[in-house]
Amino acid sequence: MHEVSLATALLDLVQEQAAAAGARRVTRLVLEIGALSHVDPHALRFAVDAAALGGPAEGATLEILEPEGTAYCLDCESSVAVSTRGALCPSCGGAKLLIQGGDEMRLKEMEVV
Amino acid sequence: MCGICGCGQGEKRVEDLHHGEPHDHPHPIDELHANSADRDHDHSHEHAAAHDHRHEPAGSHAHAESDHGHDHEHAHWHEHSHTHPDGITHSHPHSHEHRHAQEHECGNRNVNGPSADATRVLSVERDLLAHNDAVAAQNRRDFQAAKTLTLNLVSSPGSGKTTLLVETLKRIGRGVDAKYPIAVIEGDQETTADAERIRATGAPAIQINTGKGCHLDADLVRTAMGRLEIPANGILFIENVGNLVCPAGFDLGEAHKVVVVSVTEGEDKPLKYSGMFAASALMVVTKIDLAPHLDIDIDRLIDNARRINPTIGVLRLSAKSGEGMDRWMHWLETARALRLATD
Repeated sequence: MHEVSLATALLDLVQEQAAAAGARRVTRLVLEIGALSHVDPHALRFAVDAAALGGPAEGATLEILEPEGTAYCLDCESSVAVSTRGALCPSCGGAKLLIQGGDEMRLKEMEVV
Repeated sequence: MCGICGCGQGEKRVEDLHHGEPHDHPHPIDELHANSADRDHDHSHEHAAAHDHRHEPAGSHAHAESDHGHDHEHAHWHEHSHTHPDGITHSHPHSHEHRHAQEHECGNRNVNGPSADATRVLSVERDLLAHNDAVAAQNRRDFQAAKTLTLNLVSSPGSGKTTLLVETLKRIGRGVDAKYPIAVIEGDQETTADAERIRATGAPAIQINTGKGCHLDADLVRTAMGRLEIPANGILFIENVGNLVCPAGFDLGEAHKVVVVSVTEGEDKPLKYSGMFAASALMVVTKIDLAPHLDIDIDRLIDNARRINPTIGVLRLSAKSGEGMDRWMHWLETARALRLATD
């Protein structure tokens, strides 16, 4: 359950940003959790809800964007979209894919009052 | 002109950096928003609907049906757009502090309540692991300064990490006869059993108990670094908590992650726990002395690992029989030599 660590890190970041903005309450969080990141969005949701209790982000809506994975195929030398690590190249069926994107875990924006 | 960002000067770069964050535009004249000539930019704003005024404390006074007068201060948010001297128009939310010195009329249409403020959206764009990554970078700088090769050993529980380490440390030697300086940071949820096994070889070791935590993080390693001498020109082994999922995302400042997989775990581990194999530079297949008793196809295990990470290095060994240990020791010495050869 490293989602708990991530949720704690997220809420630290949220509190810091809210304080800097002079906000009293956080009503919405927009996260970007790439399809190839090592986070389960469902577990993260659960962890964030629990970790936010008693703080300015308690009850905030959590919006999770899941950008798709992108990879470079060493066989056909092209950039392709992949849904999981270990997937075969959708254009040539090759197995040597270097992951290039879709593993991000970011706090994109937050809505505050 | 905005006193914080100087946005009246129309510097777009600053504006983009700054206007994600809220700030006040104070007005010298209460309430009026008249665009007199001494202002640096013009404001046009409108309240789309009757807007709410927040009273502090909320609801502390009631408005009778009949109009009445009172004094109060309040703040409210609204969108405004303005035009800079260079012609760039932009809009952003801002707040006004108002002091009502004069009486105003509050009829029963006056709405007071806690939902009085408008919302703002802050653009953040920060990595969730930003703190961990910053501490890891600090650790990495310290390791580089000491020319220490730091390896983060990761695996599922029971893969043989500690046994591999014990056999490795015996081969490196102890005290003045040691080939190079070594130290071990042991991560486990509970017990100091592993650190004791390591210390029995004569190597300095410190245990980190993560309690309920499923992985080491850069802060924990930094704390351990303060209590253990970093082996200058040598190798620091960090044995992570046995877990093929969570430690993948947490950079500790290591030079490489080394994933340890035993032949008893089956050949599909890389596909099931791809994050870890993607993050590792080397896969060590352990317990190969057991392979004849199992159905495992080690070549397929390696193919699967390379499907996740085409550049991953692979070693096969048995810490128990000693088979393959020479190649592992050679890999360590080569990686250490590279560490020493470069800044």
